[in-house]
Amino acid sequence: MAVLTIAKSIAQAIAEEMERDPSVVVLGEEVAAAGGTYGATSGLLDRFGEARVKDTPISEGIIVGAAVGAAMNGLRPVAEIMGINFAFLAMDMIVNHAAKVHSMFGGQFRCPLVVRTTSGGGRQLGATHSQTVEHLFAHFPGLKVVCPSTPADAKGLLKAAIRTDDPVMFVEQATMYSLRGEVPDDKDFLIPIGKSDVKRRGRHVTVVAYSNMVEISLKAATELAKDGIECEVIDLRSLRPLDLDPVFESFKQTNRAVVVEESWPTYGVGAEVATRLYEECFDYVDAPIQRVAQKEVPLPYAANLERAALPQVADVVRAVKAVL
Amino acid sequence: MDKAEMLELYRQMVLIRLFEEKCEELYQKGKIGGFMHLYIGQEATGVGAVAARQPQDSLITGYRDHGIALAAGMSARTAMAEMLGRVTGCAKGKGGSMHLADINLKFWGGHAIVGAQIALAAGLAWADQFRQTAGCTLCFFGDGATNISYFHEALNLAAVWKLPVVFICENNKYGMWTPVEKVSAVTEIRRKASAYAIPSDSADGMDLLDVRAKTAAALAHCRAGNGPYFLEVHTYRYRGHSMGDQRPYRTQEEIRKWQAEDPIGKFEKVLLDSGIAPAEIDRVDDEVKAIMADAVQFAEASPVPDDSEIWTDIYVEN
Repeated sequence: MAVLTIAKSIAQAIAEEMERDPSVVVLGEEVAAAGGTYGATSGLLDRFGEARVKDTPISEGIIVGAAVGAAMNGLRPVAEIMGINFAFLAMDMIVNHAAKVHSMFGGQFRCPLVVRTTSGGGRQLGATHSQTVEHLFAHFPGLKVVCPSTPADAKGLLKAAIRTDDPVMFVEQATMYSLRGEVPDDKDFLIPIGKSDVKRRGRHVTVVAYSNMVEISLKAATELAKDGIECEVIDLRSLRPLDLDPVFESFKQTNRAVVVEESWPTYGVGAEVATRLYEECFDYVDAPIQRVAQKEVPLPYAANLERAALPQVADVVRAVKAVL
Repeated sequence: MDKAEMLELYRQMVLIRLFEEKCEELYQKGKIGGFMHLYIGQEATGVGAVAARQPQDSLITGYRDHGIALAAGMSARTAMAEMLGRVTGCAKGKGGSMHLADINLKFWGGHAIVGAQIALAAGLAWADQFRQTAGCTLCFFGDGATNISYFHEALNLAAVWKLPVVFICENNKYGMWTPVEKVSAVTEIRRKASAYAIPSDSADGMDLLDVRAKTAAALAHCRAGNGPYFLEVHTYRYRGHSMGDQRPYRTQEEIRKWQAEDPIGKFEKVLLDSGIAPAEIDRVDDEVKAIMADAVQFAEASPVPDDSEIWTDIYVEN
């Protein structure tokens, strides 16, 4: 097993799938000659040529539009939208077309498309470049929304996403591209989409997170363990399909839960998970479920303000103590 | 063009006209739901353009899609069953009037978000270019769609990537109820293509032979690897934008002026001038009437989808 960054594991996943299937193509802004804004498509142009790795104009609507049309007509495009904030410019194509061409025409068309993009704050980019909004896409039946938290998960989930015949939003975190971890070399290493993963075992509190919030939750768990508090940290890995069975199972043992998300709490992942816990596990509830989330403000630029608005390890620690 | 082909193209136009009149009747009776946009007056555009395609060529259009569907070869039965929301419809009753499609006919829909089909067309054409199928895409849209971002993004990409697409603007003079000149700074729509270095031409949409010839030339340009082509077809819809449109935004005089140029009447005259007997034309008219009666009967006798169908076709892999 090699130790790779998330950026490298993504490039490796795409390269392996391009090697395996000649219908896999890559398009997006700066994905070819520059190898991707975050280096996640580095080396692909040299290896696979410009017919399969294509730079596009800065035109998000047509990047996804051309990808959907090509997917319907036999290709398996991996489209990159540089940031999820710009995916709003392709929102119609993603939610009205990618998500619906299969069902609305009675199953005739398939849309084996992956839209890779980068989400999240924490880089002092100001309010329009710092949003964490993957859950908006997870609202739509017809889409799959995947959010990896480790290099190995990124590789296994992306390979599965490229192979599935359904449209997938594959949402990466810009602050995580340099995160390192062991990644299996196996060319058929796949992680099925729609399976949550227990990242740390514990018996006192169930902590539910995804993407970079998994890392924050694990740090909080390490800290809490010093006081003898054992957290079970569950990584959702995909927001749709949403696999809550391991969460229910854990909650029935702990009777306490904290949900950690980087986005605003209103209408968010925490709201969904907490509701489902109350619906499915009402008799097991020993304390109100806590949500750790971003303050309900557009994210400011100044480093201290940004830090104050985003969820931190200390917030998770505080929330866990509140449910005990 | 030989006699048989001329009669076939005439038959397709009459079929569209009668299909649309029947849809109008069934909509007024409450048997068809949703929004519905009729193609009456524009028959020569769809039939003429589609007649120029080869089997490997793709078709895609917007919500005014009945005419393209029938010209593509969809049976009146299948199309009418979809109108009535029956399981025998082309989309099993899940699409409706605005979302007709048949993958086997390379008719990719019926897309009801204005201009989205222009973006999708670029992708269809990219796939054909990549796979070297020699297929081109005929993409239909209205004058109103040329003001939306998809139009500009798709034309630019198609030109940069030299995609084999014929962009066919069916300029029927109104985007919903608003005339072209009130919403478009450039009223000669084909000039918009020049912003993306795409060659263009215009055609008389009331003249089937003109549309067919110009589309054939456009396809030849694309198939030779020269990139996209733009064709502006001047046409007119006799009915409103959609069903229930009674707004007085145009004069009876204007409507009568276009109806005097009726594409079916005009082509009938071409048939007669070329020596086809009136009786042969009457026979086609009768045949189409029978097809329509059968189609309505078939659709009405077909079952509606089972309620359990709401859960099917959401994902390929659950």
